[in-house]
Amino acid sequence: MTSMTASLVTAASEVHVPVVAPTEADGVFSLLWLVIALPLASAAILLLGGRRTDSWGHWLGVAAPAASFVLSCVLLAALMGRDEGERQVGQHLYTWIDTGRFEVGMDLLYDPLSALFMLLITGVGGLIHLYSVGYMAHDARRRRFFGYLNLFVAAMLMLVMSANYLGLFLGWEGVGLASYLLISFWQHKPTAAAAGVKAFVMNRVGDLGMSLAIMLMFVSFGTTAFAGISEAAGNASEDRMTIIGLLLLLGACGKSAQVPLQAWLLDAMEGPTPVSALIHAATMVTAGVYLIVRSNFVFEYAPTAQTVVVIVGTVTLLWGAVIGCAKDDIKKALAGSTMSQIGYMHLAAGLGVVGYPFAIFHLLTHGFFKANMFLGAGSVMHAMNDDVDMRHYGALQKMVPVTFLTFAMGYLAIIGFPGFSGFWSKDKIIEAAWADNWVIGLCALLGAGITAFYMTRLMLLTFFTKKRWADDVHPHESPAVMTGPLVVLAALSVLGGVLLAGDWIVDWLTPVVGHAEHHELFVPPIVFSGIVVAVVAVGVAVAWLVFQVPDEIPREAPQDVSFATKAARADIYMDDINDTLVVQPTGALVKGLAVFDRTVVDGLVEGGSATTGGFANVFRRVQNGFVRSYALSVFGGALLVVLALLAVNFA
Amino acid sequence: MNTEPYIILSAILFTIGCVGVLTRRNAIVVFMCVELMLNASNLALVTFAKQHGNLDGQIAAFFVMVVAAAEVVVGLAIIMTIFRTRRSASVDDASLLKY
Repeated sequence: MTSMTASLVTAASEVHVPVVAPTEADGVFSLLWLVIALPLASAAILLLGGRRTDSWGHWLGVAAPAASFVLSCVLLAALMGRDEGERQVGQHLYTWIDTGRFEVGMDLLYDPLSALFMLLITGVGGLIHLYSVGYMAHDARRRRFFGYLNLFVAAMLMLVMSANYLGLFLGWEGVGLASYLLISFWQHKPTAAAAGVKAFVMNRVGDLGMSLAIMLMFVSFGTTAFAGISEAAGNASEDRMTIIGLLLLLGACGKSAQVPLQAWLLDAMEGPTPVSALIHAATMVTAGVYLIVRSNFVFEYAPTAQTVVVIVGTVTLLWGAVIGCAKDDIKKALAGSTMSQIGYMHLAAGLGVVGYPFAIFHLLTHGFFKANMFLGAGSVMHAMNDDVDMRHYGALQKMVPVTFLTFAMGYLAIIGFPGFSGFWSKDKIIEAAWADNWVIGLCALLGAGITAFYMTRLMLLTFFTKKRWADDVHPHESPAVMTGPLVVLAALSVLGGVLLAGDWIVDWLTPVVGHAEHHELFVPPIVFSGIVVAVVAVGVAVAWLVFQVPDEIPREAPQDVSFATKAARADIYMDDINDTLVVQPTGALVKGLAVFDRTVVDGLVEGGSATTGGFANVFRRVQNGFVRSYALSVFGGALLVVLALLAVNFA
Repeated sequence: MNTEPYIILSAILFTIGCVGVLTRRNAIVVFMCVELMLNASNLALVTFAKQHGNLDGQIAAFFVMVVAAAEVVVGLAIIMTIFRTRRSASVDDASLLKY
């Protein structure tokens, strides 16, 4: 054991872990705070302004993230103009908490990692805001919807721009709140309200781990700032770092819907589709990946925690893929896919320095193509009178041509068609995973095959195969305000791979996470890519043979299906597992406590008062109203006193 | 001087008064019995004053008489009022103030 620990410590110390040491913001960087402040101010205006803002509120809601996006681009240009060693900028806004030894500043950190996230959040977020103008046009509460979306964007920016864990936690809880508000946005539907509560409660479990990790870091290092912790991390014991790493992973699992806290994501599809695209595909659910990559200085010193991250990622990527194969609800199929793709990101993040850039790379490309496909699904639903069941679709490619073409770009990107963005990012992850451990690599490869299968199924059921919609449905293309963002996101899905050109993203992130090459593969990388593409082709071919060739898809889901299909339809029984392991025992405990409270505690309190009352009931009979009996008691009393005096005198 | 008969008389009067207060229903009689008890104690006080050869007891007896006179005024007024409203002077009838 001792020798093993020692070898792990040496292994960790061989890697150079960069220290966060930002320089004070000056020049254009002093505008950093505005990136958060603009959407926050817009949210405040929309939510506090009331009906007065109904007529123009949605345009303000679009303008705020757009302005933040422009600002993020300016800041990125300024950051690119600096030397690699100086690409960390800090801005101290004010002292947030100051209680003796515990001092936390409202500090912002702008470095290559947060720069990429800010572009993703404001860029993709802005497009989704624009799309929502059309999607929510007929909703009476559209202004409020935009207020919540802006609140989300502000919280998410706070999450990625904070320079300490407490600020990150503020954003972390903020996005959780916005997610809750938006999942249950159509609160008149009991399912939507329940889904919001479910997401909130399951996230609380993860947040518990997160807050414990922050407390433990404060106890260990006396600070919650990235700078202080990254500097002192090397001196802490490995056990402590492992505990912090595992607690952070628990937080990441809750937010990113990773096994075992993944059950909320599928229900979260109850929210409006732009919410699914923005929060539950492109940005918020990837916060867990951000957390792990940002905490590289913790995980590099905790190899055990890294292994657990890899295992969680691998299990989730298969888990989500299997669920995606069986869902008939187009949004739930995409949600399973999201879960699976974030599993890939966690897998990459767990590989350490080798994997961090690819985790972020896949996160960005996934943000593009999954937001694209979610918005595409929203457009299809728009065309089909808000029906989400793919069994009622079919042969839609002529009806919604723009949606079809843009969706196809996203589809080719996610399955990893050569040249599309997903090909570059997923291929790199599978390659790095295989180099680390062939079992993990095989699982990731298998996941790519399943991804190809379920995405092809989704594609065929929706746009190809025979028409299965009812006669009173008249599919139509969405307005330009909705297809415009789709076209931009489709372009990004196709071209996202340029980020890897000349290993740009790896070099760009080196100041944050360091740099390392993975081990040699058993074959040259180009051959390995060929193998991946072959597996994907098999997945596509199987789906084609199963769904397109016979082309006999019943409008109602058949019930006499294999056990595997039943399990996948039921989210692999995770709800039942949670119910049996957590909900029912907790419910029983609460019921028991309620009974204890009613019988024992209330029994003591109420028994005491009842006894007093009973005695009083007996003794009040003495007050009978007859003057003569009072006189008798006075006489009796006087007699007693006299007798007592005599007794004392004669004694 | 032998004070014993006076004390015995006082005790007898007090006991008569006491029994009267406890057993009679008519408010006037009860009131007279209270007076009897007061005067029995007055007699005892005066007797003991004589026995001890000082005036303390007699002063106390005067005080009792003054208080008794005031009490008669108030007490009779109350009895009169009760009689006027209830057409009865029975102390057992006026028993509303109870549990």
